[in-house]
Amino acid sequence: MAASLTAPMALADWTQQWLKGLPVVDGRLAAVQQRGREALAELPVPSSRQEDWRFTDLGLLAGLDGTLASSPRDAGLPPGAPGVLRLVLDGRSDPLEGVALPAGLAPLSDSELSQALGHTLAATACEHHWPVELNHAAAQQVLALRVASRSSLSLELVSTQAAGLLPLRVLLVLEEKAELELCQFASARGAGLTSLVLEAHLGRGARLNHGMVALGRNDAALLAHLAIEQEPESSATLATVAAGWGLARFEPRIRQVDGSASTTLRGLQVVDHRQVADTHSHISFSGPEGELDQLHKAVAAGQGRSVFNGAVRVPREAQRTNAAQLSRTLLLSDRARIDTKPELEIVADDVKCAHGATVSCLQTDELFYLQSRGIAADQASALLKRAFCEEVLRDLPGAARQWCRFEHLLASA
Amino acid sequence: MIRPDAPVLLEIKDLHARVEDKAILKGVNLTVRAGEIHAVMGRNGSGKSTLSKVLAGHPAYTVTAGAVSYRGQDLLALDPELRARIGVFLGFQYPVEIPGVSNLEFLRVATNARRAEQGGEELDTFAFEDLVRERLNVVQMDPAFLDRSVNEGFSGGEKKRNEILQMALLEPLVAILDETDSGLDIDALRIVAGGVNQLANADNATVLITHYQRLLDAITPDYVHVMAAGRILRTGGKELALELEERGYDWVDQELAAQAPVPLEVA
Ligand SMILES: Nc1ncnc2c1ncn2[C@@H]1O[C@H](COP(=O)(O)OP(=O)(O)O)[C@@H](O)[C@H]1O
Ligand SMILES: [Mg+2]
Repeated sequence: MAASLTAPMALADWTQQWLKGLPVVDGRLAAVQQRGREALAELPVPSSRQEDWRFTDLGLLAGLDGTLASSPRDAGLPPGAPGVLRLVLDGRSDPLEGVALPAGLAPLSDSELSQALGHTLAATACEHHWPVELNHAAAQQVLALRVASRSSLSLELVSTQAAGLLPLRVLLVLEEKAELELCQFASARGAGLTSLVLEAHLGRGARLNHGMVALGRNDAALLAHLAIEQEPESSATLATVAAGWGLARFEPRIRQVDGSASTTLRGLQVVDHRQVADTHSHISFSGPEGELDQLHKAVAAGQGRSVFNGAVRVPREAQRTNAAQLSRTLLLSDRARIDTKPELEIVADDVKCAHGATVSCLQTDELFYLQSRGIAADQASALLKRAFCEEVLRDLPGAARQWCRFEHLLASA
Repeated sequence: MIRPDAPVLLEIKDLHARVEDKAILKGVNLTVRAGEIHAVMGRNGSGKSTLSKVLAGHPAYTVTAGAVSYRGQDLLALDPELRARIGVFLGFQYPVEIPGVSNLEFLRVATNARRAEQGGEELDTFAFEDLVRERLNVVQMDPAFLDRSVNEGFSGGEKKRNEILQMALLEPLVAILDETDSGLDIDALRIVAGGVNQLANADNATVLITHYQRLLDAITPDYVHVMAAGRILRTGGKELALELEERGYDWVDQELAAQAPVPLEVA
């Protein structure tokens, strides 16, 4: 208890110290850095007194070295899919340097960048969130890409965070009917923080299929905002798998600007030891006939803590929205903690909005059935745990499916 | 087939068991020799499924007295998975659905666990696919069921066929089939019974738990036992099943009442 009272103070001190230690503002993100630093100097740090941070203690950050991490290139990165362009994000160098982009994929010009950067963060009302401002303050590079109308591309983004801070900023513009399959791998090899802010704007009829595998360690944190704006008839699928982080916070923020789009969210978070994983998703329908299919799963072992908060906003103009949200948790230890909450705000009257939450343990009858066929108890429980995760893992696109060997996820759970 | 000199596979002696605080089995005795087919009949709630689950080692049931030996070995001392590996098979009355676990993988892992115990070599995915395709014929099952999750969304009849498929792969020496006929239409019953007949031989034994004569028309039992209030009340030949079909179970109540009252168990 004492820890959670002192943590905000420690974190506030850490933040101010950290701001002082940052390199001078520079490069094409100079203006953004300046704004972020000014904002962070003023913003209260997240603490349990704020509803959005009630269960998630950022205390881990206060112990971290906040200097920019020198990210090791090619450190134990998983194999990619053949023929798919892979970009390495190290937070410092330009990920496009020396890279020949395939037809249909082009970097944004400076003027396009200044127009587009932050647009989706504002549209999804998260541009002033603390983790976003932290990214603003520190990010040195931005990967800003445009997928041309009607082209269909695959791309892999990989990052390895060593000790220190790894700020990652990504901006994607998908033109009308453009398609992008994006597999992202984020891992940690040292005590540190990976700060990810990804924005994507999907034009009419565009399709984004984003699969992210984030494998951390007990002394590392991940703060990720995934902000997506969808024009009508577009489709966005985000599948996120996170395991092993001392602290992981995901905020998928989706806005269907005129409704009539389709959003699929899949999340799996695994906590063990004293790890915390928190997903705060936020979907708003600003027009009729939008669709959402959301499944969030968590496996909680040890003294881990899993938080899920699923906000869905259906205002009056979003008639005939069809949204389904399900949160399922597998509880493997009686010392693990789970806080899961749907947050539906439905004003339109002609909508379908289903939601549900379940928490279960491994089922004795399922275990016994497997054992009664000669399968050892530990193998039987591993099969059942994998089965639980499979529902999300199978929705990972492309190479991401292979990045996420179940054995890694549940090594100790 | 009754051969008095055939080796005893399973010997149940004065078996008592309870679930939570409720005594259910109250002194079951049963001897099963190689080559025999036994039918256990009795009203709902008489303890038939409990007997089968105790034999398979379900953790919800506690044995309070008695003994079970399987080929001379103390069966009750073994974990459920070991019982299965050495050749005891339970066909579930209600096979469990396991979403997310592929039926094919489940069957392969189970088959290999049994083979390892018998000193056989592990079958890789290809060798196993050959084996499983051959055994599918025993129950005339569509290979499409291999790609689904274990029992998930299977109809009642499909689940029972999947049980017999497992039996065909594991080749147990003692198979206890709990109401394998319930929920089957005539055709499915014929297929399942045909499968059981195909698998029965002089070295193994089958214990059929059933309510209905119709299964015993298809699989001829050597012995029929009537279970009531946690015990085997009467044992006879196949004609006992016909008698039950005709007279129902009312006589069981009279016989129970006539017997020395079972002492009340105090929890
Ligand atoms: N897991 C259990 N928990 C509580 N009661 C049980 C359990 N299993 C069986 N029983 C009770 O034991 C008695 C015998 O059940 P069962 O063995 O299923 O009978 P049968 O298979 O002959 O119909 C019934 O009264 C039943 O309610
Ligand atoms: Mg029963």
